[in-house]
Amino acid sequence: MQPFEWEKPLLELEERISELKQFCARSKLDFSEEIASLERRASTLRREIYASLTPYQRVLMARHPKRPTTLDYIRMVFDDFLEMHGDRTFGDDAAIVGGIALFEGQPVTVVGPQKGRDTRENIARNFGLPHPEGYRKALRLMRQAEKFGRPVITFIDLVGAHPGVEAEERGQGLVIAECIEAMSFLRTPIIAVITGEGGSGGALALGVADRILMLENAWYSVISPEMCASILWRDSSRAAEAAELLRLTPTDLLKYGIIDDVITEPLGGAHRDQAFTGRQVKAFLRRYLAVLKKTKVERLVEERLARFRRIGQFHEVKLAEI
Amino acid sequence: MPAHETDGLWVRCDGCGKLVFKRELEKTSFLCPACGHHFRMGAPQRLALLADEGSFTPFPPLVSANPLGFPGYEERIRQAQEQTGLDDAALVGRAAIGGSSCILAIIDFSFMGGSMGSVVGEQLVRAFEKAAAERLPVVAVSGGGGGARMQEGIFSLMQMAKTAQAVGRHSREGLLFVSILTHPNMGGVYASFASLGDIILAEPGALIGFAGPRIVEEATRQKLPEGFQTAEYALEHGMIDAIVPRTQLAQCVGRLLLWHR
Repeated sequence: MQPFEWEKPLLELEERISELKQFCARSKLDFSEEIASLERRASTLRREIYASLTPYQRVLMARHPKRPTTLDYIRMVFDDFLEMHGDRTFGDDAAIVGGIALFEGQPVTVVGPQKGRDTRENIARNFGLPHPEGYRKALRLMRQAEKFGRPVITFIDLVGAHPGVEAEERGQGLVIAECIEAMSFLRTPIIAVITGEGGSGGALALGVADRILMLENAWYSVISPEMCASILWRDSSRAAEAAELLRLTPTDLLKYGIIDDVITEPLGGAHRDQAFTGRQVKAFLRRYLAVLKKTKVERLVEERLARFRRIGQFHEVKLAEI
Repeated sequence: MPAHETDGLWVRCDGCGKLVFKRELEKTSFLCPACGHHFRMGAPQRLALLADEGSFTPFPPLVSANPLGFPGYEERIRQAQEQTGLDDAALVGRAAIGGSSCILAIIDFSFMGGSMGSVVGEQLVRAFEKAAAERLPVVAVSGGGGGARMQEGIFSLMQMAKTAQAVGRHSREGLLFVSILTHPNMGGVYASFASLGDIILAEPGALIGFAGPRIVEEATRQKLPEGFQTAEYALEHGMIDAIVPRTQLAQCVGRLLLWHR
């Protein structure tokens, strides 16, 4: 994995510190003061670099190949997990994983797209881009959760819909609409966590929830910055500019009331300390599950609908003005 | 491919390649006189074709804000308003079709590709809410090129949820929604309310799908199957109820509304 350009000075410094430490251990010489000073510099540099990330730098962080995936979160956050397969109609889509998990002793249903952790797995999992049977599996598991009164937790990380002939032939547009509609009325608490990429309808198909949380270096929008740039300027290499225009960062989305909370990541991104990220996600889920469990399900659904009903910005006009 | 305009008076038919006199198209409900190809038509013409004469009462107009502060968006809205005479891409109101009352929503491609932003989303939601309150069916004719309106970013994505929920509430009242897919029906419009009709009809040759054909072709680096994402293809794959030629649409919808009275 190539380091990001903006991280290079920090990574070099970190490497020098680690080399120096090794050298000290081997040579029994004392460089502790130098090491301490270098570590202070590294810590300042880390703060400087990561406090001022541009939106597109965050998009790239969200796509970091070492970033925790849905199965990583499932392993870190839950005590037990049984994966369920298949849509009972066509097949099993490895791009979406789901099943029943135990969250601090409580059964919950967990669903999310699964990116591969290497090239081979990525090919097997279609880079986490679901086919219609994947969404249907998600829908089936969510309805199962509703029947047994289990809360649903979705993890969202996909760049967008799968642009493929078969996905179209089997009606991905229809099934995304079905997922959105079904989640809206599902009579059980739902929490969605956008862990990486929240790309368009594919993300929304798992994103209609009572609480929508987002990791600090995740993005969520109607279109990827690359596609947006390609439409605007016929040049996908201008994605960084498009990322600015789309207002896709958690800070923007929190301000707009689209999401409810931002889950902080370790400095440098979720991949730098997976265990810390896992604990963070767990703490947020604990907090919001407790709140939702106290609310009657009728009220949950009502408030879920009201939340989306309000979204949109426009002006009422008198006929004479047009 | 969009109809290629040769000089303003004539337009080349995508179906047979012949030049068609534009004035004549207005008389033929925008059907090619030579081959019957369905040209796109504007919301006012669609209204005249579908609704009983004099039956339409539009909802109050809404004008889009610019929630993301997207550069040039206000200007594009203003231009589209001038060109089309519409406030946004949706023309919504109360109407009668074949003598039956309904709420009718028409999405006009000529207004920014018929894309759905806050205004289109809100108008559709109001359509379903009004229909639920008055126990009326909804008829939506939608043809939108890109689906969601990119300039409104996350706000346009959320209109997919908002409209799907409005359909859901109306549906749970036991009321009818007839969704008519016209050319082209893609992206966020297709993957939300337009797919949730009790009955889904399409015009012949209409492009129907989520990811656009050009994107699919680029991503797969394969030649697309013959007729990929056309209404005929969608019918063959079980995605729509029926294909109805434009000349029979009003009569067909009229019958459906009558059977659900």
